[in-house]
Amino acid sequence: MANDKMIYIVGFAVVAIMVVGILAFVPGDYGGSDDAGGEEAEKYGYVPWLTDWIDAIYGELPGEIEAMLFAVQSAIGAVIIGYFIGTNSARKKMAAGAAAE
Amino acid sequence: MHIMEGYLDPIWCVVWFAVMAPFFIVGIIKLRKILAEHPEQKMTVALSGAFIFLISSLKLPSVTGSCAHPTGTGIAVVFYGVGVCSVLSTIVLIFQALLIAHGGFTTLGANCVSMGIIGPLIGLIFWKVLRKAGANVFISMFFAAAIADLMTYVVTAIQMSLNLVTSVGANFIDAMIDMLSVYAVTQIPLAIVEGIVLAMFAHYLATSRADIFEIADSNKINPFSTEV
Repeated sequence: MANDKMIYIVGFAVVAIMVVGILAFVPGDYGGSDDAGGEEAEKYGYVPWLTDWIDAIYGELPGEIEAMLFAVQSAIGAVIIGYFIGTNSARKKMAAGAAAE
Repeated sequence: MHIMEGYLDPIWCVVWFAVMAPFFIVGIIKLRKILAEHPEQKMTVALSGAFIFLISSLKLPSVTGSCAHPTGTGIAVVFYGVGVCSVLSTIVLIFQALLIAHGGFTTLGANCVSMGIIGPLIGLIFWKVLRKAGANVFISMFFAAAIADLMTYVVTAIQMSLNLVTSVGANFIDAMIDMLSVYAVTQIPLAIVEGIVLAMFAHYLATSRADIFEIADSNKINPFSTEV
């Protein structure tokens, strides 16, 4: 059990150190690599033959709205994972209770 | 790894849709079988999709001074194989193309091939080899998830390079070096982060619901197997 906790503590610590370390010590504008790939293709003289049709419907999304939509996507995943962990721990408690009886 | 709308010539869009189609069809058939014959696995299927939803929405900073996102396909491919993984990835890609204008519908086939098929297939091979070699769940999932993530971006670099070769006559090696430096180098630390996160969750599953790994053990590498 103590070993399990140590795995989670060390795991999250490594992730946090990597993310914070990169932000703190690596200079850059932190633009998306998806856009960078397109820009790289344009350096070769490639001209995109189609623009985002979504932009034609509601214009280019403001950063705040885009962040909100990404948050919605995260939330959908997080809710399902949270539900799984919740039901799983409830099941464990019920099984432990039944075994005690 | 999202190739944006208009950055692949129509012929390549068709080619990648054609590559995607058989995997996607097998995935639909397998998913229907799982839900019909093993309704108790609905939650695990949802969980597999949830990780793709959650992790692919996280834009993380990288050592190249730019941001990219992990893919989260490790859990899905280990439990249900490449076909189901391609279906779940396509749902996420459509969500992002439709609402956030990330990726696109003409490039959906190419994006699905990289994120939902080839990247995860290589990750699954690592999982099977490591498990056969006696590695524990944590180590096996770390490599499966990290390799699936990294290879997704390598495949994207190949797709973009091939398009540059046929459209503007670029040298394939030059284009690959440039595209790999944009996509793959950025992705290395992110793949490690994804590997750690999914490995921790796999460890949680192994200690609390070890029975779930029977699904992973019965899962085949063959992407066209519909056995459940």
